[in-house]
Amino acid sequence: MDNLAILAQAPVFNLQLLVDGVLIGALFALAAFGMALVWGVLRIINIAQGEFVMLGGYVVVYAAAAGVPPLAAVPLAALALYVLGWLLYRAVIWRVVDQDLFVSVLATFGLSILLQQLANQLFGANVRSVDPGLGTLLLVEGSISVPYVKLVAFAASLALGVALVLFLKRSRLGQAIRATSQNARAARIVGVDTDRVFASTFALNAAICGAAGALVSMTWVIHPYFGLAYTVRAFMIVVVSGLGNLAGIVAWGAGLGVAEQYAGFLLGAQFQTAFVFGLLVVILVARQLALHRRRMVLR
Amino acid sequence: MSALLEVSAVTKSFGGVVANRVISISVPQGAIVGLIGPNGSGKTTLFSSIVGAHTIDAGAIHFDGRDITRLRVDAIARLGLIRTFQQTRVYRGMDCMRNMLVCAPCEREGLGAMLQRFPPALLERAESLLDFVGLHAKRQLRAGTLSFGQQKLLEIAMALMREPKLLLLDEPTAGINPTLINSLVERLRRANAELGVTLLVIEHNMRVMMSLAERVYCLAHGELLAAGAPQELRRDARVIEAYLGSH
Amino acid sequence: MKRGANACRLAALAALVVALGLVAPWVFPQAVTQLAFFWLMVLFALTWDVLGGQTGYNSFGNVVFFGLGCYATALVQRDAGLSYFTSLAAGMGLSALLAVAAAALLGPLILGMRGQYFAIATLGLGTVAADLFAGWDYVGGGSGIVPALYPGPIGERNRFFCYVLMALALLTFASLRWLYGTRFGAVLNAIRDDEDKAEAMGLRTTRHKVAAWMLAAFFLGLAGGPVAGLVGFVDPRELAFAGTSFGVWMVLMAVLGGKGTLWGPVIGAAVFHVTQELFWTYLLGWQRVALGLLIVVIVVFFPQGVLGWLRAQRPQWFHETLDEGAAAAQPAQRDEAGMRAHERTA
Repeated sequence: MDNLAILAQAPVFNLQLLVDGVLIGALFALAAFGMALVWGVLRIINIAQGEFVMLGGYVVVYAAAAGVPPLAAVPLAALALYVLGWLLYRAVIWRVVDQDLFVSVLATFGLSILLQQLANQLFGANVRSVDPGLGTLLLVEGSISVPYVKLVAFAASLALGVALVLFLKRSRLGQAIRATSQNARAARIVGVDTDRVFASTFALNAAICGAAGALVSMTWVIHPYFGLAYTVRAFMIVVVSGLGNLAGIVAWGAGLGVAEQYAGFLLGAQFQTAFVFGLLVVILVARQLALHRRRMVLR
Repeated sequence: MSALLEVSAVTKSFGGVVANRVISISVPQGAIVGLIGPNGSGKTTLFSSIVGAHTIDAGAIHFDGRDITRLRVDAIARLGLIRTFQQTRVYRGMDCMRNMLVCAPCEREGLGAMLQRFPPALLERAESLLDFVGLHAKRQLRAGTLSFGQQKLLEIAMALMREPKLLLLDEPTAGINPTLINSLVERLRRANAELGVTLLVIEHNMRVMMSLAERVYCLAHGELLAAGAPQELRRDARVIEAYLGSH
Repeated sequence: MKRGANACRLAALAALVVALGLVAPWVFPQAVTQLAFFWLMVLFALTWDVLGGQTGYNSFGNVVFFGLGCYATALVQRDAGLSYFTSLAAGMGLSALLAVAAAALLGPLILGMRGQYFAIATLGLGTVAADLFAGWDYVGGGSGIVPALYPGPIGERNRFFCYVLMALALLTFASLRWLYGTRFGAVLNAIRDDEDKAEAMGLRTTRHKVAAWMLAAFFLGLAGGPVAGLVGFVDPRELAFAGTSFGVWMVLMAVLGGKGTLWGPVIGAAVFHVTQELFWTYLLGWQRVALGLLIVVIVVFFPQGVLGWLRAQRPQWFHETLDEGAAAAQPAQRDEAGMRAHERTA
């Protein structure tokens, strides 16, 4: 492969892939963190996760078109998605929280189809992105280009991650969320309003995804159908690092980002998504084999 | 004669908690052996270890002459070692007859065996076993609609349908109407005597244990405390201490 | 007896459907393609339900087997140099083989896990297949393949493939009807109801799950060729691996009609087909949004589906046989009365 030769002959290009990978990986980690939150607290797997990311991106696209500075639109996207998440919880999600995973998978799958098609219909199928006009950082004599906005997005993701961890540890709602995730019934007994916790958690997750999506629209591109890949990425990261492992989520998020950059470069951009889905199967199988030895099953 | 089930020095920990510490028990062919102990003493954990639901940290388990320490749940079940669950698990969406039929052992393992319809002989056997536990009238009802006690009886009937060599019963009389406990105990004794099923029973009900078991093991805090005939154990100071001390 | 009477009624209904199916293409020549796709939908819904409703394993990727079938048949027609009908038959045979092989290879890997992991693993199958085939020149890349031209006028072609698809749908129905009455069917239901219990009772659960998927793959693979011949082209994204249409509809139809039953998917396919026509006609542009909404509404508010709802309304119809061969849920109230009578005499 020619591309492989390029990597060997120009090692600095590896650095470009690495940098790009880690920077986008932080956004994957955000989506994964949100998914872990919903999974741990509501015990459902949110297949519409990627659609929340996608919608966050569109908020920025349209806000920017309306004259809002793109970076200021990030909290706007988070807020908009928080509201959407809360509404979706009240309309649909609360009904499937108690039921078996089969139903919640189907329900969130239906939601993802709905949101996806809605976006396609309202926003058109074209690829969109927003240029925040921050310019590009050039390193290593111009061989490596890092758009400043990617650095900003990375910093924002870290900041958001830290804020979330602090929120969960220190605030009352955060503690209620953690209590509910450990044992919902016990939490209810000590007076936690678990329904409100569920709603807040789901809405919070949507907000996190919205922020991630907002950043994606500035650092990459968005279109109505890219949600599924994000859902799969988030799921993969959570499966590999485990539900409570924040450091793991960040690390594996970065790792996935880098792996994807390499795959995209070596296999071709058109196979990048296929790589992600294929990697999911590989990871699940590897996980299953590891559990097999301990007489357990991925459940 | 050599024991049907030989549990040798089995140890199992979960995280930092040692649930079973060097436990050895032996169940002779055709016997009814009991397992008692206060809550949290590791009885159900031992059951799970025996049937292969989790790996053990140390020790060995032999069943019918074979080392089953490394085998998985379904393989062990196919050897004839069946357990019932404390929370009673049946196939709630199917009717009782179908619950029974799906438990019939399958001599041949291949595709042909999978694709057979249920032969009349099997239907008869299922009905007679349901009759044996007193559920014949309910055989067409969906298992999920049965009462807890009825589901327990169904679970036992299903286990018997499997033609087990050894049946591990996890608190078979818990939650059963006291007036029906005697008939259940009688059925278990008949299953042992007439159908040749060896029984290992976890029980909290001492009266049941005394009348049913020939030999009883007592666990406490994950260790084997005492073993012997039921009458001996009932007078054993350590056993009394274990139960009273934990209240 | 009641059972016999119900069975007769159902057989009569089936015969009526078959008779209508045979006659309709001649009476309504303009609706032949519609009818052909109806049979395809029936097949889609039934095959999804084998793993979905009967076993409790949600597959979002079954469309992969269908797509393999489309391509395999088109390729045989293009490259094998046989006459039209011979190459069609050979192609369909190869399609079925490849589809079953794919299920046999992939199944053991992802069916060893519990349902939700399997479901998510299958989410991407359609997309991966579409991307791979779109990038493969031998199969025509993004433009796909044009299968061989039918040796006859279009009306005849449409009728022919309509009958082929009808035959496949009936074959699928008959096979599943028989299967659900066997031990295999009971094991699938046991896995659905309590997989841990099934394992604890010695059932080889993974083997059964894989076999069920292979069965679904078989029929899906067979259907690929005729559809390709009917439509006239094989496109990786729009036809073969159309995850967002076929892949989604499979799930919707089975749940709508009543998953886990034999007639449920059939009813679901019929209702869906009508709804889809209405949506496409009156909601043009928004039909897929409406379908997405429909999935959510049905899964959340109407999970028992048409058949489940009917069973709740008219339990006496179900006392014996609408699900002859499937896992029949016997209503409690009717049997209570019978049981009381039994106890009085006992």
